[in-house]
Amino acid sequence: MDEQEKPLSLVLFSGTDDKLNAAAVLTVGAAVMGRPVNIFLQYYALRAFRAGKVCADHALAWEATDALTHVIRAHPGEHWSELLKQAKDVGDVNIQACALSMDMFHLQKTDLDPLVDGIEGVAAFITSVADGQVLFI
Amino acid sequence: MSTMQIDKTIDARGMACPGPLMNLIGAIRQGQVGQIFEVFSSDEGSKTDIPAWVAKAKHELVEVVQDDGYAHFIVRKAR
Repeated sequence: MDEQEKPLSLVLFSGTDDKLNAAAVLTVGAAVMGRPVNIFLQYYALRAFRAGKVCADHALAWEATDALTHVIRAHPGEHWSELLKQAKDVGDVNIQACALSMDMFHLQKTDLDPLVDGIEGVAAFITSVADGQVLFI
Repeated sequence: MSTMQIDKTIDARGMACPGPLMNLIGAIRQGQVGQIFEVFSSDEGSKTDIPAWVAKAKHELVEVVQDDGYAHFIVRKAR
């Protein structure tokens, strides 16, 4: 995996645990297969990355009925934050907070979990996307 | 099943995707070139993901054996 792979870029908007977990699984997959991953945190996803709040209950998407919630919560898979740590450990994963969302919620870099590498504006994120794909989750 | 010297065994049965693959990657990174690793996994995703990663990372998938409720992968660290 020495050749340069196209990056995979994820815009995380939703802050529910199921969507964050799905995004973290994609991130692990891309990272282990040698693709750089750019993650841009906006709105509710950004709020889930606040320091000390990562492992809080971020609820599930509206599709999750009570019965499904039980099934999802009982599953033994790793927490999304742990998957992201693993992805960073094996691959090139860069997590950036959207400057606009930071401003909206009156957040500083020190308010965020160390998983977040920095704060950037949308133009910088689009530059990192280069000729790769963008997924909005 | 062939008889060969196994340098490290990873029993990842019961772990959810992508846990078994991540354990294999971690073990191979710490191992030496030429060492043989075996992974037991009951995760369906491992059946596609372990061969895909081994090929991408240019290691060698020596053997895959489907057992009762889990699969057994043998991988040689090639570089």
